[in-house]
Amino acid sequence: MASLKELKGRINSVKSTQKITKAKQMVAAAKLRKAQSAAEAARPYALRLGKVMGSLAGKVAGQDNAPKLMRGTGSDQRHLLVVVNTDKGLCGGLNSNLVKEAKLQARALAAAGKDVSFYLVGKKGRAPIKRDFPSQIAENFDTSTVRTPGFVEAEAIASQLIAMFEAGKFDVAHLVYPTFKSALAQDPTTVQLIPVPAPTTAADTGAVVEYEPGEEEILDELLPRYVKTQLFGALLEREASEQGASMNAMDNATRNAGELIQKLTIQYNRSRQAAITTELIEIIAGAEAL
Amino acid sequence: MALHFELVTPARLVRSDDVHMVVVPGSEGEFGVLEGHAPFMSTIRDGAIKIYKTENGQPEEIQVQGGFAEVSAAGLTVLAEHVAE
Repeated sequence: MASLKELKGRINSVKSTQKITKAKQMVAAAKLRKAQSAAEAARPYALRLGKVMGSLAGKVAGQDNAPKLMRGTGSDQRHLLVVVNTDKGLCGGLNSNLVKEAKLQARALAAAGKDVSFYLVGKKGRAPIKRDFPSQIAENFDTSTVRTPGFVEAEAIASQLIAMFEAGKFDVAHLVYPTFKSALAQDPTTVQLIPVPAPTTAADTGAVVEYEPGEEEILDELLPRYVKTQLFGALLEREASEQGASMNAMDNATRNAGELIQKLTIQYNRSRQAAITTELIEIIAGAEAL
Repeated sequence: MALHFELVTPARLVRSDDVHMVVVPGSEGEFGVLEGHAPFMSTIRDGAIKIYKTENGQPEEIQVQGGFAEVSAAGLTVLAEHVAE
């Protein structure tokens, strides 16, 4: 049985931990609201860009002169997994779920006889992926230097990826990122990033659309933009997911700490009472002996 | 007579209005879009979009950078990377 002093010390330490987790929870809740509205604000652009892409790509798809970003390199031997992780921890199982998904994809590709390499965005994916695939990490992108990664970072990542693609470093790129469903659920998702997948929506009504300068020039400009937008969307989703997961994890931690405090307090009171009872018995026994 | 006009950036939907005419700085010259314009798509150069709310009104100008414009039956959509209002 721990002494009273020890118990008191433990209660105090759990209390201060609870204070920290509570504060982090509130910070995450405030940040989540911001991240969510940012993610919502970005949706129209992505939606419209996708639509425009669809109508344009429907016309160019399948032709030999389609841009390389769409056509691909002609082989699908070397795969690049772009994994978007968070920079900070304290967000429950978010990062480990992402890493699990990335590893799953990597294993599936490797089993199919493909070469796999990684492009890691965010700090938290580095160590666990490096442990399993020590020699396959092609590049890291650090987003921890800015407070909220925005379009500028997405642009930087996209241009680096496109440069790597053009230099022939990989054939197919997949993007692994968390999709924010609610504060309780963030699912890791994998989508193909490069070559840009031909849209599934059928080419529109067939109205004759005039292009200026030309279809290919527009598509040439549009595809990098599309990649950028996808990455930007992934960064926004990551932000919202991180805060949501963090809020949830911290809520659990706070509650857990509360339970622990209660248990320790009961134990503390019991030992205190036991001590008092023993003392009383001693006094009474002493008095009776006289 | 109204043209549905939308200006969108990656960060947000800047404008979604019914207007009379919009003049867009296309990469091969400025072009004005009225209601019923034929389907058309163009990249844009950095410059000002002029929005005419009414036929004889003063245009409102919005500076845009990088992007493209699409005219379809639904109206005009300008996707710009940066917008300065």
